[in-house]
Amino acid sequence: MQTYATPVIEEMLGTPPFALEAEAKNALYARTLSDLTLHHYERSREYRRVSRLVGYKPQTELQVEDIPYIPVRLFKEFELISVDRREVIKTMTSSGTSGQAVSRIYLDRITATNQTKVLVKIVSSFIGGKRLPLLIVDSPTVIRDRALFSARGAGILGFSMLGHDVTYMLDENYQIDFARLDTFLEKHQGNRILLFGFTFIVWEYLCQALRRSGRQLKIDGILIHGGGWKKLASLAVDNATFKKVVDETCGVSSVYNYYGMVEQTGSIFMECSQGVLHASIYSDIIVRDPITFSALGPGSTGLLQLVSLLPTSYPGHSILTEDIGEVLGVDDCPCGRKGKYFCVQGRVKNAEVRGCSDVYASH
Amino acid sequence: MTMTNKQRYDKVFMDALNLQPQDLNDDLIYNSVAAWDSVGHMSMMAALETEFDIMMETDDIIDFSSYPKGMEILSKYEIQF
Repeated sequence: MQTYATPVIEEMLGTPPFALEAEAKNALYARTLSDLTLHHYERSREYRRVSRLVGYKPQTELQVEDIPYIPVRLFKEFELISVDRREVIKTMTSSGTSGQAVSRIYLDRITATNQTKVLVKIVSSFIGGKRLPLLIVDSPTVIRDRALFSARGAGILGFSMLGHDVTYMLDENYQIDFARLDTFLEKHQGNRILLFGFTFIVWEYLCQALRRSGRQLKIDGILIHGGGWKKLASLAVDNATFKKVVDETCGVSSVYNYYGMVEQTGSIFMECSQGVLHASIYSDIIVRDPITFSALGPGSTGLLQLVSLLPTSYPGHSILTEDIGEVLGVDDCPCGRKGKYFCVQGRVKNAEVRGCSDVYASH
Repeated sequence: MTMTNKQRYDKVFMDALNLQPQDLNDDLIYNSVAAWDSVGHMSMMAALETEFDIMMETDDIIDFSSYPKGMEILSKYEIQF
């Protein structure tokens, strides 16, 4: 099988992940995404059908905005796969509740490896290249069912690469395992600790549980969390509140949110010190008008289209999410990172537009 | 009786992936046996680090893609086979 995108990714791994300016990035993306679209068009019957429906005709020289994008929910309805079944080494699913349709994402060896490599590059650029002692804010039961891999399990394993002495903070009943935690903290006294968890799990089973227990932790650490604000938004918890409470309960003041989808594992968007999310050289974001679907410039709110160079075994390189947000600027974030930076305002369904102002208000 | 590095390496593989001595050969690559999936990989990496008292770099954990490749990687940490 021709695996055209691999040389591109291999070459890019030597470049710092936030170093590409708009002009160079657009040229690279126009070329690579055109090829990638053709690759999926030729290999996936379902994608061929879907991309024709949105007006795509096989061609090589498309502009980035003209690359077809498919609604993310199609991964729940169709078997979108661009490799022979025998090449699939892992099938990932979104963590839907039982009875609900889940997305199925088919990974071959190359896509899976690139996802891991890119995740490590992006996150290392924030926390440094050294593997830190790692606390997973979750229960080990999440990775126990290995046949079908949930987004949560995949996230935990991906981040496990960045740490050592990987220790789960919660027991099987989602209670903090204080004995295990104390042993871990004693062992690594004087060292910086990395914590990883899903936003809601961190909030509910770590922060709130600590509040109830009356115990306050003092961890010299960095927390990376992601996986959606849907549940927290319903509790009216915003990013600023989240950070404040994490600091109060755990003593952790370096807190980074990330935004990503199971359909584009690896090329995640990370929050910088300014509190905004950044596209790396491996991904991009386009805001679209929710009615006309035309691409909108910085400062306009609309539906988020996510673009990633990683997916070759399934056609997830350009997807339209159900999230709304706004591109805040390009190449000129005060943190120094190049590329687009943006904020996510919520789901399109409960479209209470919080606006991006509370992003800034938190600083 | 002290074990050679090769014997220690083999033992970690067999214990972590539930394999027999005859399974250890150049064809043994990541995902070629059910137990060597991403979960199995991470626990085997942890077991190797404990066994040889080393800490591998992240890139090496990712590149550790086969039984022979692993020996090549460990030799960077002054473990000779």
